[in-house]
Amino acid sequence: MTPTVRRVAVVGGNRIPFARSNGPYAHASNSDMLAAALDGLIERYNLQGETLGEVVAGAVLKHPRDRDLTREVVLGSKLAPETPAYDVQQACGTGLETTIAVANKIALGQIDAGIAGGVDTTSDAPLALNDDLREVLLDANRIPDTAGRLKLLTRLRPGMIKPAIPANQEPRTGLSMGEHCAIMASEWGITREAQDELTIRSHNALAAAYDKGFQDDLLTPYLGLERDQNLRPGSTPEKLAKLKPVFGGPEGTMTAANSTPLSDGASVVLLASEEWAKARNLPILAYITEAQTAAIDHVHKREGLLMAPAYAMPTMLDRAGITLQDFDVYEIHEAFAAQVLCTLAAWEDPVFCKERLGRSAPLGSIDTEKLNINGGSLAAGHPFAATGGRIVAGLAKELSERGSGRGVISICAAAGQGVVAILESAGGAK
Amino acid sequence: MSQDLYTQIVNSPPGGFIAKRVGLPQPTTLDRYRPGQPVVTGQVLIGAAPSGRLAGAIASTLADAQADVATTLAPELRTASADAGLDASVFNPEAGGDRRFKGLVFDATGIKDSTELVELQKFFHPSVRKVQSSGRVVVLGTPPEATKDPREHTAQRALEGFTRSLGKEIGKGSTVQLVYVAPGAENLIGSTLRFFLSPKSAYVSGQVARVTPGEPVPTDIDWERPLAGKTALVTGASRGIGEAIIETLARDGASVVGLDVPQLAEDLNAVTSRLDGEAIELDITSDDAPKVLAAHFKSGVDIVVHNAGVTRDRTLAKMPEDRWSSLMEINLSSEERINDALLKGKRIPAGGRIIGVSSMAGIAGNRGQTNYATSKAGVIGMVESMAPVLADRGITINAVAPGFIETKMTAAMPIAVREPGRRLNSMNQGGLPIDVAETIAWFASSASGGLNGNVVRVCGQMLLGA
Repeated sequence: MTPTVRRVAVVGGNRIPFARSNGPYAHASNSDMLAAALDGLIERYNLQGETLGEVVAGAVLKHPRDRDLTREVVLGSKLAPETPAYDVQQACGTGLETTIAVANKIALGQIDAGIAGGVDTTSDAPLALNDDLREVLLDANRIPDTAGRLKLLTRLRPGMIKPAIPANQEPRTGLSMGEHCAIMASEWGITREAQDELTIRSHNALAAAYDKGFQDDLLTPYLGLERDQNLRPGSTPEKLAKLKPVFGGPEGTMTAANSTPLSDGASVVLLASEEWAKARNLPILAYITEAQTAAIDHVHKREGLLMAPAYAMPTMLDRAGITLQDFDVYEIHEAFAAQVLCTLAAWEDPVFCKERLGRSAPLGSIDTEKLNINGGSLAAGHPFAATGGRIVAGLAKELSERGSGRGVISICAAAGQGVVAILESAGGAK
Repeated sequence: MSQDLYTQIVNSPPGGFIAKRVGLPQPTTLDRYRPGQPVVTGQVLIGAAPSGRLAGAIASTLADAQADVATTLAPELRTASADAGLDASVFNPEAGGDRRFKGLVFDATGIKDSTELVELQKFFHPSVRKVQSSGRVVVLGTPPEATKDPREHTAQRALEGFTRSLGKEIGKGSTVQLVYVAPGAENLIGSTLRFFLSPKSAYVSGQVARVTPGEPVPTDIDWERPLAGKTALVTGASRGIGEAIIETLARDGASVVGLDVPQLAEDLNAVTSRLDGEAIELDITSDDAPKVLAAHFKSGVDIVVHNAGVTRDRTLAKMPEDRWSSLMEINLSSEERINDALLKGKRIPAGGRIIGVSSMAGIAGNRGQTNYATSKAGVIGMVESMAPVLADRGITINAVAPGFIETKMTAAMPIAVREPGRRLNSMNQGGLPIDVAETIAWFASSASGGLNGNVVRVCGQMLLGA
């Protein structure tokens, strides 16, 4: 039997303001933050006691003890304890992937409503035992007699006290994400000025969104934060020009300002079938109509680590039968200003579009006035798995306020992956 | 013959340390070609003055050579790269990054006025410091004589001053060339661009080559063996530069025929048997030599390399006539007679190549070598006079002009003569016989139908006679 495909509605979202690493959320765990975001959503949409089809969330930096992180958070929430949950992890793509996972089950009629989300802390990071020490301790566990165990102690060395710290590093290249992006910036000819300009726009746009109350029903204050801690409106090109490059060597163009800082935060999105939402008198902000993931080979083919969204996009556009220009809003995750600018440059470039994408013509340029109009990750910060939920909820709300139109999301992820998706206003694409 | 002792010493850690401290020249160990190597090892950056006409030809050549390429942001270069199937990255000097280039290629054909020469500064100023050692710089222009507008003629002629000067300051064993590409010859630049970008042109710098309309590049060309199916005659093939030439032509796929005087028969036979070739023991100055050769090559000879030559040094005041005449016979007159006989007998088919060996002495003159320099300047004359005649038959004639090449002959020079000869060039070292041979192989290539009437020096950009 072929199942019918239903439209999937974005009802709304909630997040906690994002904090900088070791800031106000330094002692908050992933569970604490995800619970805070979830509680706010339950409150806003009266989901107390509801048994939802599924809750799907994830974290990139996760403690080993957080087995079934999402399920445990659900159990601690006001949702019915009979609500199933599972964890997903795809680096910075996590938040959008969970949205797609829930949306697809709703579309197929397997569930009627669900919550997608993500959380990350770079402050309460999972330190692991030094690998050498771990081996000694595990061996000690395997030896039955005390004498043998004591003998093992002679293998202990002072250096073993050093813990294994999770590194923001690509396992197969040894380069950090920023170093990878610096290579991309150079290979795509992206200037410092262009990156700084995008950064200033991002901060000013997010500040304006807060000022006009756009964020009021998108977040719940947490631990004293009411706005994203990283937000610094009113900066100038002159001020940003003074910063020293942090990636790409002394001639590099990437600074602490035009790269996202390590951040803490959580976000969730409520998705449902139209019937389910209408039955509960809940709003429908937008529909999720398309999604696509892609991965590139940054190891052997030396493609830029964060270029996968540039590949995912045309595949999705072709399936949707539209062009890159057919959007009213573009939400391109600002992992680094350079990532956004490289992606845009690639879509405009005849060489990339022909040689790498195998297309006869470039995808073309976009109207940058439509890009990240309520601010992006450069201003808000980027708790890895929480970014997708922030963007989905924000874009859905923007499309709802417009009454019609179409928006697209593009998110790059570590390990050479990327996720894109299309949202259409409940009032229609045009 | 490997590199000279001084170069070996300064390329050792202690030697390099001392040379640096006391300000001695520090010659780089030059990259040299090994069969199977790619054309360029490292990235090639392409730039262009606006509205040039070679972007497509450059992109096709580099795509064909499977080179790793970057271009400037110029839209015409991006479009040309896409059209050529060249997966080129972008280089924007303002975007930073630790970029290094093995080659820089600049299409200057868009420069129509002297005020536009600043395009050279704009492209090379940020990129020249990013060139790796044994790097390659190629500027392509329009032959001044092929322009219609006087302003354009002036501007294109000006390019020569740029490339020659950059060759003298770039250092690190890098070379700089100017290639004038006549309108209509765009599709013939492949062999020349490949040669000037590859380690094959290790000791060629500050040169000007002209690519003009000629026989098209064979569609099925095998760039590893561009002489496959061709027969090549090399005179003076038993040793030194001649031996390197015949080896290189054989490497490139030619069936080789070596020629030398009967006294050197043993050496000659050793060379030709090693290369699966033929040996002709013959004195080229003898009366019947042209007839003998015409008879030998009944089924034709595609490539004729006039390499045989001698020196008979003496200042003119002390030069007897036989010392003058015997040299002139070997170095020039016999070559003319052999050419005439082979051409008259239609022994050199369309697509044929005649290649002469001139000398720096023929260009700059040299004390004690009035006879030698006369003969070698005569070789240049032969190239000039024959090129238009041969063009009608689809044959080309070109010459190399070696500078200081490390051979048994130069090793025997007194040190006071040898060392300045060896060091007074942009490479701070002498060249090797293979450098001359590679240049000849470039002229000989089936893809070099656009090269006719060129004289290219293999001298490391010697400071004399520029």
